[in-house]
Amino acid sequence: MKKFLFVTRHAPYGTSFGKEGLDAVLMGSAFVPVTLLFMDDGVLQLKKDQRAASLNIKDYSPTFAALNDYDVKDIYVSADCLKERGLSAQDLVIPVAVIDDDGIRDLMKKQDVILSF
Amino acid sequence: MNPSQHIQPVATDKQGHLKNLSEWSPDIAQQLAEGEQIELTEEHWEIIHIIRDYYQQFKISPTMRVLVKAVREKLGPQKGRSIHLMLLFPNSPARQISKIAGLPKPTNCD
Amino acid sequence: MILHTVNKSPFSQNTLRSCLRVVSNEDSVVLIEDGVYAALDDSSCSELIKNALQRVAVYSLLPDLKARGIEQRIIHGIQTIDYNDFVSLTEKHARVQSWF
Repeated sequence: MKKFLFVTRHAPYGTSFGKEGLDAVLMGSAFVPVTLLFMDDGVLQLKKDQRAASLNIKDYSPTFAALNDYDVKDIYVSADCLKERGLSAQDLVIPVAVIDDDGIRDLMKKQDVILSF
Repeated sequence: MNPSQHIQPVATDKQGHLKNLSEWSPDIAQQLAEGEQIELTEEHWEIIHIIRDYYQQFKISPTMRVLVKAVREKLGPQKGRSIHLMLLFPNSPARQISKIAGLPKPTNCD
Repeated sequence: MILHTVNKSPFSQNTLRSCLRVVSNEDSVVLIEDGVYAALDDSSCSELIKNALQRVAVYSLLPDLKARGIEQRIIHGIQTIDYNDFVSLTEKHARVQSWF
């Protein structure tokens, strides 16, 4: 079975890439093994304490915690991108594997398909 | 009888899901269930509560597989099976339950 | 007096840097939408705002900070504002320049 990597690189709310990526992951997870990588501004998707209600829009950050139910268990976050934004793994809504750029390189090599959001 | 005392039909989308999720109430659920030719029993309600709790926590309507898992955790293996949900909600259970529970339709209907 | 608004993340675009290059001492800068990520303390972009705060007033829209879960993590000296404050600021300045 082909291995899919979903890469999220955009911050929430400013664009809809993050939400679309999450929907695609939930849908795709029913059919193929899915790995998730958050890098660049994408790491901000996982920031704790988001309250989109203050913008009168739906907050989808609680949905990341449902990924486990959908058998999406391989979730990686770039260490450098977290650090650049003054964040650490403790600031995120779900437990993740924090990896360096070498790790990201290896991760990408292992995939059959890479989709970017 | 004064016609204005009739229950106002709620606004739904083409597939019958509530347009405004905050309008949901147990009475509305009865109304939506009637539209699906289902008479709600205690066993239906326990599933409705579970799916509403799931939505409350994760802001997403679970797929059938995920809902079955959630029901198994709450009510045990006897009820946490697809067949139990299919007997209660015969017509595409995940979709039907989310509709009656006043939630959006599941992202993917498996 | 010009009110400069910045709505892009400083980590992915150069919008904030372009703004700060030309901002005058009597001007003000408002961070909105994804621009509020520039307000994050201890980030690789914090120095940009910290230096700017030496000479201009920097504001950040609170609803945008809250939506992104970062209102507790912002650089000391940035003033948080609501939509009404934003409107008042616009009225107080002769012009508005949007950096997008």
